[in-house]
Order: sequence, then structure tokens, then C-alpha cells
Amino acid sequence: MFKNALFLSAGLAAMMTATPGFAQTEIAWWHAMDAELGQRLEAIALGFNDSQDDFVVVPSYKGTYPETLTAAIAAFRANEQPAIVQVFEVGTGTMMAAEGAVNPVYKLMADNGEPWDPSAFLAPVTGYYSDTDGNILSMPFNSSTPIMYYNKDVFEAAGLDPEMPPKTWAELETMSRQIMESGAAPCGFTSGWISWVQLENLSAIHDQPYGTMENGFGGLGTEFTFNGPVQVKHWENLKNWADEGLFEYGGPVGGGDAPPKFYSQECAIYMNSSASRAGVINNSGDFEVGFAPLPYYDDEIDEPKNSIIGGATLWALNGKDPAVYEGVAQFFTYLSSPEVQAEWHQATGYLPITNAAYELGKEQSYYEANPGSEIAINQITRGTPSANSKGLRFGNLTQARTVVDEEFEALLSGSKTAQEALDAAVERGNQILRDFEAANS
Amino acid sequence: MQTKRTIFPNKLLPYALLAPQLAVTLIFFIWPAAQAVKSSFEREDPFGFRTTFIWFENYTRLFSEPGYLNSLTKTAIFAVSVTLLSMSLALLLAVAVNRVLKSNRTYTTLLVWPYAVAPVVVGILWWFMFNPTIGIAPYMLRGLGIDWNHRVDGNQAMILVVIAASWKQISYNFLFFVAGLQSVPQSLNEAAAIDGAGPFKRFWTIVFPLLSPTTFFLLIVNINYAMFDTFGLIDATTNGGPNQATNILVYKVYADGFLGLNIGSSAAQSVVLMLIVIALTAIQFRYIERRVQY
Repeated sequence: MFKNALFLSAGLAAMMTATPGFAQTEIAWWHAMDAELGQRLEAIALGFNDSQDDFVVVPSYKGTYPETLTAAIAAFRANEQPAIVQVFEVGTGTMMAAEGAVNPVYKLMADNGEPWDPSAFLAPVTGYYSDTDGNILSMPFNSSTPIMYYNKDVFEAAGLDPEMPPKTWAELETMSRQIMESGAAPCGFTSGWISWVQLENLSAIHDQPYGTMENGFGGLGTEFTFNGPVQVKHWENLKNWADEGLFEYGGPVGGGDAPPKFYSQECAIYMNSSASRAGVINNSGDFEVGFAPLPYYDDEIDEPKNSIIGGATLWALNGKDPAVYEGVAQFFTYLSSPEVQAEWHQATGYLPITNAAYELGKEQSYYEANPGSEIAINQITRGTPSANSKGLRFGNLTQARTVVDEEFEALLSGSKTAQEALDAAVERGNQILRDFEAANS
Repeated sequence: MQTKRTIFPNKLLPYALLAPQLAVTLIFFIWPAAQAVKSSFEREDPFGFRTTFIWFENYTRLFSEPGYLNSLTKTAIFAVSVTLLSMSLALLLAVAVNRVLKSNRTYTTLLVWPYAVAPVVVGILWWFMFNPTIGIAPYMLRGLGIDWNHRVDGNQAMILVVIAASWKQISYNFLFFVAGLQSVPQSLNEAAAIDGAGPFKRFWTIVFPLLSPTTFFLLIVNINYAMFDTFGLIDATTNGGPNQATNILVYKVYADGFLGLNIGSSAAQSVVLMLIVIALTAIQFRYIERRVQY
């Protein structure tokens, strides 16, 4: 919290120094990146401001992703909206439905004569953020995918090979048990973002539909279907493992208690966003960290599908001067240049958004020098994406995720079985989808 | 009824004098409240492009929603627990301090401190102490054989927020009880003592009835506190979880409206909340106040 205040004041200071006497067009950029990530983001804005004289991008930290989205919507209704707002992937459905509020990026770039080539982006990114006509509406910025972090020292102490992380859930179970029984660590694994990692990505990896109509890409009439046999089996396992102590729950939404469990060497394995990489490296001074793809059930699928993305994109909001959009377009071009993207990707653990940034990283031998940094890219680009692993597109997904968290807690407390919990989540989730459909048609 | 009447020669002057207060009330209370009532009859997308008037659908949906009925129950449990716990402990402390002749000012000062702490900070403090991963309290409770994890166990989460909310409110109640006790005439107590009443009997038959105006006032204040002012505390400790175990009405209004962006339902909930408070206060003044001896 104190840190945030520091960054805020740093941002304010940057704002004041970056406002010289002659007229520059100001571009407000609301974002949700704090701590290390916030610093990196401010650096990008500063880099752009220094690169030209006509525009000045002013980043402001607005809190968590949901808070930033809410703030932008409230501001829009009061006609005080920023030019650019960062919206997380689950808000994509909400933003896409709000046609009048958004200046779509493909149009924005064309209007202002900036180069725009969707095929320059990594395929899973384009897939996740395109509308039904194949147009990208918002500027991809920070995309991540969940991976597995593990404590090599604990693996060694438990008599396991630290270079052989578990590939499947069965292996993960055996290894966790060995870690606990040998006393190397009191808990096997923990996970951030239960809804995103242990349900959405689980479904994609095992080629299971999360909802009808191509996971919601087909339209607003979609319904959730994540109560299939694979998901039920996995949640049943998680419950059993939690009872046995192999798995520890890190809390709802992002799972704030999960990282300290891993950092304090209480849990040997930790699943979370690839963008947790910077934090993990900073906080693992006492032990060596290994990186691995998410495990899968080898009796359910022979070749696991790609995982899906999380993170956020930048939306240009309507209602500003044409001059502002000219600056926004230029800023987006700067933002997606290979150098800026590669630096952002390497410093934060987010995916390189463009193929060029990925190639640049390869040229710089970054991936050889930093083992594990390529795992997220390989995992998200492996195989041919199916309709089930392309991504999700549901309105009000924030609320649906809350429902998933709540039902997961009901499962853990023993008041529901896995089947009951997932059935209830689907039923409540469908009600949320119907509300969204009713409000947007 | 005797009231002082001031007669203004000018008919407009009283209205002019009232105007600032009326303006504040209209702008900051009546207008937002009217907006909430209006929104509660509508279905609207978050950006406000499409608004449909849907009569009472938000309300009927609300009362058929298990989550909302759960929230009502949790609010009742929470408000009653916080009020009982904080008022009884405050009374106990006040009586104790009232009997201490020396340094009772020091005790009073120390006991009032928690009230100066902002609700969110209170939440963070208790969140730290009871955090299942890094907190000191679960660590000590494990020594006693209690597995504390309010992330999963709804009852433990409720206990946590009740303790945290009461801790802060004890100070406030304490202050009023101390003042109330000091206004109880010492002569009554002495007379009863001479008649042979023990300290316990004296308290229940003399002091407690004479304290009833204070108790009544605090009852209203505490219930309103538990229902409205504890938002920051819930947000900082449990976020209404696990599985809505601490999702009290005022937090649900926020979660559905600001996080879920369901403005219609959120507005309907706040209207219901407003009615509940009006009803509670009316009942309290109508029926309970009659038995209070002033």
C-alpha cells in the first residue's frame, strides 16, 4: 500500500515535470499495475513522452482490475473518461458489448494512418481479443498464461530430482506426498486464481468446453458447461488433496495467500500467472526456483492443448478530441514496437505480444540465458487450438468467477461435493449470462 | 408541549436561513436516494446506453435469490452479535472503571483509543493477526489444537469479523456507559446498600434501569454501525467470503454494483436496506422507547 503511494507520487512528479510551456496534447491512461509492474508501465509512458514532443501520456494507477474498470465506466457516464483504459481479459465481453463507448483499435489506427497488422501479434492473442468479424477491438498489452513454479531445494530434500518437475497430475500427487512425508515441506502445492487456473485453463488444456457456442465467442446466448467429467474429477481431487494437506487454498479471486505459502517454503509447488515471475524471483532469495508447464491428466488427453491467456488490453474510449486519438494511435505503435514489447516481456514475465518481440528475444539469447522464461510461450502456442482452447468470451465474467470461487469454497468446507459445487456454479453462472444478455440486447 | 417560538417579521427570512441546510440535504441525500429508487426499477448495461424499465423485476429476483436471503440472515447474525458483544463488554469495562478510584482517567483514555482507528485499518490489523498463512493467532490456535482457516470455514470468518467490528465499537459504547454511570445518583446506591442489597442486586435493580436511556441510544447506534459502517472492515478482512459467509447486505450492494456492475440489482438492494433501517428505527422508537425510563 505504501509502495502504491510512492508510485502515485512518482507518477505525479513525472506529470509535473513532463508539462513544459508549449501546448502538448494530454493522453490520460488509467491502469491497474502496481509495484514492479507499475514501475515498468510508467517507464513505457516516459519513453514515449521523450520520443516525441506533441503528446504526453499520463498514466494513473486506479487500483485493481475490477476497480479500474468500474472507475472508467463511472467516468464515462460522467463524461470524464480517460483516453486509454486498461481492462482485464474477463472485462472483454463487457467492453465489446459497449459499442458506443469504445473506439476500436483497428479503426483508430486506420483513421490516424498508423500501421496495423493483426498477424504481427501472437496467434493466441489475436484469437482471444478478436470480435466475431475478426477485428481486434483493443490493443493487446499485457497477456500472461498460468505456469507452474517449484522449489528445487525442497525437491532435492525430498529425494526428488529437481530437474524433473511433475508433468501430470498423477505425478504431482505422488511427488507432493513424498515431499510431505519426507518432511521437506509441510504442503505440496498451492495455486493463485482458482477460477482461471484450476477451471478455465484446466478445461482448455483438456479440450473440454467451458461454455456453449464456442466458449461464448458465438454470441450472447451462450451457457456454461464446465461441470463435465474432467472438471468434476479435478475438483474432487483438489478437495481430497486439501483434506490430506497436499494442497492448500490461497483464497478467492487472485488467491492472495498463495504466494506467501510458496515464498516461505511452506508449499513446494505454486501455480500462477507467468507474470508472477518477477515477484517469484524477487521473493525466492533462499531457494532455487524451477519453472514448468501446468500438469495434465494423461488418462484424459494424450497431447494437452494450449493454455489460454489472462492479463489485459488497452481500450481507447470514445468522446475525445481527434487530436487525442492521433496521439493514442502513435502511442500504440510505440507500445507494440519489438524493443518496447521485448523489454516489457522480459522484465515482467508477460508474454511477448508480437512475433517480432519474441524473435528479438531469441536474437538476444534471452531464453537461453533465463531458463524457464520460454515455458509460458511454448505452453500457449503448443498444438493446434481447438474451439475449446481458443479462449473465453462471456459477459459479466467477473461475477461468474466470483460464483466459481464461492462454490469452490463450499466444496472445500465439505458442504457440497465436486459435482454439486460445479452444477451450482453452472446454474448460477447461467443466470448471470442471461442478465447480461437481457441488458445488452 | 412547551416550545420556544421565534416570530420572524419577514416571511422569506426563515426559508433563506434554512436554504443551506436544505440544499445540502437535497443534493447529498434526497437526490442520490431518488436516483437509487429510479435505478432499482430499471435494467441497464454498465455504460448506460440501454435502459429498460422493468417494474419490480429487480425486487422479485432479489427475494427469490438464495444469495440474498443468505445475506439477510448473515446481516442479522452479524448485527446482533456485534451489538451484544460490544455493548456487554463495554458495560463490564465501564462498571469496572467506575469502581476504580485511582487512575480511572488513564484507563478511560486507553480504552477509548481503538475508536480512533479507521475501519479499514482495523480490518487490516485483524487480517494480519488472523491470516491463516502468516498470522500469529492461527499459529497459537494450532498449539491448542484448533485449525484456524477462515478462508474456508465460514463460521470462523463470521467470528473474525464480529470480533474485529466489536473491538472497535467497545470504545464508543464504553465512553457512553462511563458517562451514564457517573450520572447515576450515588445516594440511591447508598440507600440500597443500607437496606442490605449486595453489589450485584444493586446493579441490576438500580444502576441498570437508570442506564436504560444510554443503553437504548447505544442499541440504535450499534445496530446501525454493524449494518452500515462495517463495509471497510469486511472488505479488508474477508471480502464477504468464504462462500458468502460474511456477505452482509451493505457489502453485497458494493460487490454486486461496483464489482459485478449490476446496477439495477444493487440499487434495489440499497432501497431495501434503506427501508430496513427506517423500519428498525421506527420500531425501536415506538415500542422500546416506551419502556425506557428517562
